[in-house]
Amino acid sequence: MNKTVNQKAWFFVIPVFVLVAFNAIIPLMTVVNYAFQETFGNNVFMWEGTRWFKQIMLSERFHASLGRQFLFTFIILFIQIPLGIAIALTMPKEGIGVPVCLVLMSMPLLIPWNVVGAMWNIFALPDIGFLGHSLNALGFDYNFTQQIGDAWFTTILMDVWHWTSLVVLLSYAGLRSIQPAYYQAAEIDGASRWAIFTKIELPKMKKVLTIAILLRFMDSFMIYTEPFVLTGGGPGNATAFLSIDLVKMALGQFDLGPAAAMSLIYFFIVLLVCWVFYTLMMRNEEKS
Amino acid sequence: MSLELKNVEKKIGLDTHIYSTNLKLEKNTINILLGSTLAGKTTLMQIMAGLDKPTSGEIWFNNENVTGMKVQKRNVSMVYQQFINYPNFTVYDNIASPLKITGVSSDETKQRVGKVAELLKLSGMLNKKPNELSGGQQQRTALARALVKDSDLILLDEPLANLDFKLREELREELPKLFENRDCIVVYATTEPSEALLLGGNTATLQEGKIIQYGKTLDTYNKPNSLVSAQVFSDPPMNIAKIKKSGDQCSFLQNDIQWKTKLNIKDGEYKVGIRPHNITTYKDGNNTLEIKGKVLISEISGSESLIHFTNGNLNWVSLSNGVFQKNVGDEMNLYMNTDEFVYFDQNERLISNG
Repeated sequence: MNKTVNQKAWFFVIPVFVLVAFNAIIPLMTVVNYAFQETFGNNVFMWEGTRWFKQIMLSERFHASLGRQFLFTFIILFIQIPLGIAIALTMPKEGIGVPVCLVLMSMPLLIPWNVVGAMWNIFALPDIGFLGHSLNALGFDYNFTQQIGDAWFTTILMDVWHWTSLVVLLSYAGLRSIQPAYYQAAEIDGASRWAIFTKIELPKMKKVLTIAILLRFMDSFMIYTEPFVLTGGGPGNATAFLSIDLVKMALGQFDLGPAAAMSLIYFFIVLLVCWVFYTLMMRNEEKS
Repeated sequence: MSLELKNVEKKIGLDTHIYSTNLKLEKNTINILLGSTLAGKTTLMQIMAGLDKPTSGEIWFNNENVTGMKVQKRNVSMVYQQFINYPNFTVYDNIASPLKITGVSSDETKQRVGKVAELLKLSGMLNKKPNELSGGQQQRTALARALVKDSDLILLDEPLANLDFKLREELREELPKLFENRDCIVVYATTEPSEALLLGGNTATLQEGKIIQYGKTLDTYNKPNSLVSAQVFSDPPMNIAKIKKSGDQCSFLQNDIQWKTKLNIKDGEYKVGIRPHNITTYKDGNNTLEIKGKVLISEISGSESLIHFTNGNLNWVSLSNGVFQKNVGDEMNLYMNTDEFVYFDQNERLISNG
């Protein structure tokens, strides 16, 4: 077939290109600009080359917050993914229970992030918060504003509460798309419930789970608002994850150069992890 | 070996999905459930397998009441319209899966899987995963899984419906061979009359949850007990017209076309069913009774031509061998074979064919 050549089509691409330029490319380039220069204000800049990148890569402060970030992300993925699948498996498949469960599940997802942080802050306060007060009344020495373990526990619990629903909804959609004939065939074979889960449900959910893990990885790796409102990164720097640390550096200390370099490194880590993970998960799919 | 349904009925809420059904299937037979979508074929099969319980009635297998017995204990296998295989298993493991669960030794498994794979032309792809196979090969794998264990009852629920035309033809021809020399009862659900005729065996025509007729496939086709059964077993649909008989003369109510009949029934009004292939665009052998038609639609299917035409109030289909291109609105003569007319009484029960 002969393709017709029509360069006018480019005009249709221009609006998107302009939009992306304004909301992504131009801000990103500003950051790149800062990352290689020293900024003195009054538009006075001095070229610094890769100095800020070296400084960040070698800084113990960055290593520490990066370590905290990976630990946090790993823990919440480890909890949310299995928990989300488990809840999805127990959800009703037909009847009035379906919309009820779906609406209840979506509720946490609809709450603005800073509200989640504020809610949990009040909820967990050791003197007047329901959670904090109850734990102390039960004999636990709980104070998330002063004890590192408690701060982590509260942050993780908050994130699990806020985001497990997303995994549940995605897994539920994946489960619902499995044709009933698969379950019947397994029943005829006499397969156990566990075999049905591992041999049919998990493989069939692979694609939605890949998306769920990617989304949860990116979101939790970039988490800012909720821990900022809940703990402010404290006690000390105990819950200062990458983005919180970054904001401290950029706006608190006004170290624009190192902060810009850190942003770019941060960005490349997210990109790299997502790419490696996605490539690994989809390797088998592409063969077919 | 026999499978018997005794007064089996299935209701879900207020809806009756299967009306009280009695059916006896003998061993080493292929039994076809023929009916349109929602006729109750799948429900009936699931009841036969034990995947679903009847609301009332009993299922007997080998003179044993198996109503409510779990499907795992029944030695049944089933093939579905969708290609159902374990997505993460290789073809070999898929075929072997029913044997593994029952604890067949690995040597025997290897031998049996090899044999059935050869039968289904899967020998070269035993190490592949289902999603690397074509639709036809996926369905062959599912068929192999059903055949590898020596089931007493093999159920096939429209197994060819999701395949494209070529693959369907190919697999359709192999199917009867697959079930030869097997000590089992085969039940095969389909919406296509041609599939039933090709497979032979016995056919039950179904409509709206009722078995209309059950008997040898050719008998069911040639001697439909009622208009409904004839319509289920005719594709394209049978042409129906009201007629009047007086003496040895019959005529359509809608026009004055007349023909002689040897029917020994009293004078009055009847209905006649004419299969599309008994109306042709050319005079041929016994196709001699002329009828004028105005072309509504003309379609060519393979080497056959379907012409939908009107004559007065009649809206009919004719099926002729060969390719005939007609334009919409063309006036033409068509020829009918009166020997093949099927006569029904006012209650739509069969009186006679020919």
